[in-house]
Amino acid sequence: MRNLFIFLWNNRFLLVFLILEFFSLALLSTSYSYHRSLSFNLSSDISGGFLSKAANISDYFFLKEVNKNLLKENALLRNQLSSSFLTTDTNIVFSDTLFQFIPARVISNTTTMQSNRIIVDKGKLHGIEKEMGVISNNGLVGIVIGVSNHYSTIMSALHQNANFSAKIKESGQLVNVSWPGKDYKFGEVTDIPSHIQLLTGDTIISSGNSIIFPEGVIIGIIENHEQRVDKDLSIASIKFNVDFNSLHSVYLIKNMMKTEIDSLLILNRNE
Amino acid sequence: MNNIIIKNIVRFLLLVVIQVFLLNKMNLFGYITPFIYMLFIILLPLRTNKLLILFLAFLTGFTIDFFGDTPGLHSSATVLIAFLRPGLLKAFFGNIEFNLDEEPNIIKLGFFGFFRYALVMVIVHHFSLFFLEVLNLSKMVLILKNTLFNSLASLFLIYIYIFLFTRNKS
Repeated sequence: MRNLFIFLWNNRFLLVFLILEFFSLALLSTSYSYHRSLSFNLSSDISGGFLSKAANISDYFFLKEVNKNLLKENALLRNQLSSSFLTTDTNIVFSDTLFQFIPARVISNTTTMQSNRIIVDKGKLHGIEKEMGVISNNGLVGIVIGVSNHYSTIMSALHQNANFSAKIKESGQLVNVSWPGKDYKFGEVTDIPSHIQLLTGDTIISSGNSIIFPEGVIIGIIENHEQRVDKDLSIASIKFNVDFNSLHSVYLIKNMMKTEIDSLLILNRNE
Repeated sequence: MNNIIIKNIVRFLLLVVIQVFLLNKMNLFGYITPFIYMLFIILLPLRTNKLLILFLAFLTGFTIDFFGDTPGLHSSATVLIAFLRPGLLKAFFGNIEFNLDEEPNIIKLGFFGFFRYALVMVIVHHFSLFFLEVLNLSKMVLILKNTLFNSLASLFLIYIYIFLFTRNKS
């Protein structure tokens, strides 16, 4: 026993290194999958507070006041769009708000990593929850993965775990959009059925199949599509409609029916 | 002695502020974001306890992780270079007589000597950072490309930082 302690003490440098490294890697392991990053993240009011103060200064270069007013106005308009309403029956027209748009300011954003995150200045107290969709004026941005009281962290579309259900605007064919990680301007459309030939300039929009995004949010424009004969599904590159490098304001989308849909899913699982 | 501690605390704060509020927002040519915060570990005085360096490295990395919401990413890379530091200094400069209160800086190690030391530290840090972020061997080309270009940008900024903040001392 005594020898063991002497051994450990003599190798304390290596031992402390291994402990710290193991702890760091354990933290890091939470970011390798979408679901694990939902369950653990570092979003907090403290870091958010500092970032927000710094953003206050830089915002002067982007006409803070003008932006805010425009955002409010846009949010109001989007709440009135027909796609924001739920139509329950064909005979009785009953409209209720399905999607609510909450404006937020970007206080931190990266585009050069493989797992890019955006931090915005709205949190739990403003009604933000995990797995809410995020869009900007120009289109789809990402999904909320962490919330603190006043701030939330968003998994950007520029994230190796990001995968969005989308469709081709013209034909309505379902595809998926992900990010290959090379350039912040370009994404990748996967699972395109082989009989479809996309043309440069075709629009890819959100499918509306998930409860996270409303139908028809623009994701991007097809850049080029190489038809592969040997495979059932082909891949195309897409130019994001959102300029992630100059993202200053976004909308977080609250689905008013989420609790109801979630409880249905749980019910199905239990049966 | 107290002077050295205060100097290092100030350096820590300065580097973290520059990294979080300035460099993290930077995007050169679409894929370059320089990292400068590990200069704190590179420049710690030679007499600093090896174990303390490890803990300080974890603290530095975790602070950067805390502000970017990247749990464990910068912590693991910074702890790794803290582990390599004593051996590296010994291997490169084992035959130079050091006053232990001094820092392994340009004045002490010479322009080329410091460049060698900083280059290895920066490349190891960046490679482990980009590798651990992806953890995917099929993206090795991308990881190596990111490591190369970001390391060059980081080293460039490290030299700018050093020339801005060490002139008055010499």
